[in-house]
Formats: sequence, structure tokens, C-alpha cells
Amino acid sequence: MRKQCPYPEKLCSKLEQCAYYQKVKPYCEKFKAYCDKVLALSNDNLEKTIAIAVALCLVCAVLVSLAAVALKPLQVSNKELDMKKNILDVAGLLQENSDIEKVFASQIEAKLVDLETGEYAEGNANEYDQRKAAKDPAQSVAIPKDKDIAHIRIKAKLAKVYLVKDGNTTKSIILPVSGYGLWSTLYGFLALEADGQTVQSINFYDQAETPGLGGEVVNPKWRALWKGKKVYAEVDQASLEKGLIEEADKGEPALALIKGTVDTSKAGSQYQVDGLAGASLTSTGVTNLVRYWMSKEGFSTYLSKVRTVAEKKS
Amino acid sequence: MNEILTDETKKVLVEPLVTNNPITLQVLGICSALAVTSQMSTSLIMALALTLVTACSSAAISSIRNHIPSSIRIIVQMTIIASLVIVVDQILKAFAYDVSKQLSVFVGLIITNCIVMGRAEAYAMKNPPLESFMDGIGNGAGYSLILIIVALFRETLGSGKLLGIEVFKLTKDGGWYDPNGLMLLPPSAFFIIGLIIWSVRQWKPAQNETVAFKIMSISHGEGGHH
Repeated sequence: MRKQCPYPEKLCSKLEQCAYYQKVKPYCEKFKAYCDKVLALSNDNLEKTIAIAVALCLVCAVLVSLAAVALKPLQVSNKELDMKKNILDVAGLLQENSDIEKVFASQIEAKLVDLETGEYAEGNANEYDQRKAAKDPAQSVAIPKDKDIAHIRIKAKLAKVYLVKDGNTTKSIILPVSGYGLWSTLYGFLALEADGQTVQSINFYDQAETPGLGGEVVNPKWRALWKGKKVYAEVDQASLEKGLIEEADKGEPALALIKGTVDTSKAGSQYQVDGLAGASLTSTGVTNLVRYWMSKEGFSTYLSKVRTVAEKKS
Repeated sequence: MNEILTDETKKVLVEPLVTNNPITLQVLGICSALAVTSQMSTSLIMALALTLVTACSSAAISSIRNHIPSSIRIIVQMTIIASLVIVVDQILKAFAYDVSKQLSVFVGLIITNCIVMGRAEAYAMKNPPLESFMDGIGNGAGYSLILIIVALFRETLGSGKLLGIEVFKLTKDGGWYDPNGLMLLPPSAFFIIGLIIWSVRQWKPAQNETVAFKIMSISHGEGGHH
């Protein structure tokens, strides 16, 4: 027996002593004999064909599942870290060499918002995955077709928002937004100042628009254009008289991407952002998704509650 | 066996660059050459990933080539290639998350890249593992070369940048260059690859294909086997 053992002698003698090995040894030998027999067969033999197919599938399946299972924790933590990075980025807190986990833990607070009532909902916000919830019938609701301007069909009942804290005061509110562009659903965050009206920044973390055209939604230069823009139409007497805004528009989301460059000297420019050159469909998609999520279907109710609370405080 | 670079390995490493290039001569792997080349960075990563997968899958297939039943050999090759690609994708997601995010679906598309299976079928099934591995590297390099050339044109002409660094100042930023939007769309790669194939064949007329068959000609017992 020892001569056949390909491993060091010590290991082999130990193996021989193992009771379990003695038990399975006859099966191992049978298996080995079968393998030798099959391998010796001609390649056109049916038995060999089936045996090779089964063996290959087993080996590949084990390899793939091992990789998937063993690397899962790393992948999940990568994903979480990336999400935190995106949130810090849109909050304007991302600096090079800063410890993402630390900054996130000290300054960002995740909260669940019931989109219907606009109230904060109970539940562990840190564990909640809004994109997963949107796919679960128990946690989501279908959007009526005439209201579904962002073309997302289903939304989660609870949205996960992030509050940027400075001590006890809320500096800004980060809202998750999503909607269809040209090729893909764009997922991103819109950061509003504490007044729930002024845009701080926007950031799309998941999109597959044409690189160089619609894909420019990730371009920092274009994203910088959003800063200071207003989401909801404010009706002032002057624009009412000029017919620029109607009374009914008051409080409705007005922010939109326009063709070409915004003329800042004109009235209403605070609701306008430059469209993406050569990507009118992506631009329309972005307008629609902002309008959708800022409407009553989205965060409008929540934001107006935030504003009343803020006004009471001051 | 003393020398790693035998004549055969040298041949399989160098030949696919120009004389037997997988894209320009074998006309394989065109689909991904259209998809990823609008940016140099994605092209480079795709080139690297494809080279690795081709080399490893060729080596793996070659090592069991004597026992692959011919009736299921294509499925066997596909299974090995697909498993390798999934493992590469998982590893990228775990250790190079940013890269995997940039590549997104393209990694999965390596499975369907004809070069990988083309090399498995044409070379790895008949040659030993080391040579097959080198052949994979060589063909991957030939593919990479074309991808880099195409991306060079597409990114500079399409967005005035190269690897994200400004090359031509765009008119929208106050410069002189008005970018060519067509270059950012996949069809532009067809034109560029077509021009590359044309110039290579001008340079090396031996690559021109012989006419496989003539329409309406009386058979002389030749051709027709392509």
C-alpha cells in the first residue's frame, strides 16, 4: 500500500490509522478504478461522454459556487462602502484620504420615510434596502400609469433618506431617486438643503447611458450646475403678472433640464439646468425622475412636513 | 523544454499581433470591440480581462483535451470558459470593485467573445497546455492592440479626452474642438475597424482572402470549402 501513496509517508500512515478512512477506503478504490476504466475508454464512447459531462459540471459548479460564497462578504462590504462613498459625495463631505466609515457614522443618519404619509417610519433604516423592497410585493406599490412619468412602474412604500447632521441640526437631506433614461434606469441621490427646496447636489451611482453623451450625468462639471437650483415653483407677484407662472403651479416641482445653456439673467433660470449635449432622451429622463420624486408621489409630502418643522423651530 | 520561449511559443505569441490578428484577419470578437471602445480605460481593462480568460481557458481545455468527447466538445469548452469568466467576475467584484463597476456587463460578455472559443477550438484542442496558454496571451494581445487603436480614435475624436485627460479643448468649455458625436456610438468602431483591416491588407496583400466561390461559374472542383 505504501508504495502507491503519493503523499509523504507520515501522512499516509496517519491516514491508514484513521477509522473513517478505513471505512470509505473501499469506495475510494472503487471510484478510482471506475475513473481509470472510463478514462481508458474511447472518446466516442457514450458512457465516457456522460461521465465526463457529469464530472465537468460538478467541478465547474463547485468552483463557481465556492468563488461566489467565499467572496460574498467582501463583495457586500465593497458595495456598502461604495454606497456610503456616493452619499458622502452628494453631501459634499467626500474628501480624499478621509475615512469614509468614520465620517459617515458621525455625520449621516439614515431614516425611513413613509412616502404616503410623509412621516418617518419605524424600522431599522441601516438594514433596509429600498431597491430590494421595490421588488417585494409586500413592501411595494404599483404606480398608476398616468403618474409614472419616471417609468419605474413600482416603488417601495418606504424610502430610505439620509440626513446630514451637524450636531443636532439637519444640514441637508439626501433623497434616493430613480428613473428611466435612454438605455437604463438611473439610480441616484438628490441632496437638498434643510429648506427642502434648494438643491445642493445630485449624483447618479448606477446608470448605463451612452458614455460621453448620456453618460455625462456623472460628469462633475455638469453636476456642479445643480447647486443652488430650486425644486418647487415659488409664485411671486412679478412672474404671475408676466404670465411666467400660474397660481396653480405653486409648490409643484418645476426643476427641469433645458436644451442648451441656461441664461441666468432670465426669470425662472433658478429652475433650469443645462441639458446634456447630444443626449436629449437622457435629459428628459432626468427631468422626469426629478419631477416624479419631488411630486406628491415621491417626497413632496415629506418635504413639506420637514419645512413646517423647521419653521416652527425658528 | 529547457527554454520557455521555444520557436512555437514565439510564433503563437507574435503572429496574432499583425499576421494572424483575431480581429483584422479572423474577424472575431467584433461585438465587444464595438461595445467597449468608446473609452480607453474600459478598453484596456476589457483587453486585459479577455487576454487572461483566453489564456487560462485555453490552458484548461488543452490539459483535458485528450479526454474531451468530440460530440460534446463545444459544450465542454463553453462550460469551462463560462466558469472561468464567472470566477473572474466574482474576484473583480471582491477585490477591484471600481473596475468591475466600470466593466459592468462586459465581463459577462467575455463568455460570448468568439476569440475565446475560437482559440479553444482551433488551437487548445490540439496542442499542449503551455503552448495553448501562450497562444491565448498572443491572441489576447492582438485583440488588445486593435482595441487600443480604436479607442484612441474614438475617445480623442468623440470626447476630446484620452483616459479622461483633456487632449483637445472642447468648444463647450471655450476651446476649439467640436466633438464628433458619432465616435461615441458603437457604429463608428465599424468604420475604424474597417479602415484598419483595409490598411493592414494593403500592407500585407497575402491576407486578402481568395474568392471562395464564383457565382454562376462552372465547377472546376476547387474552392467552396470556406
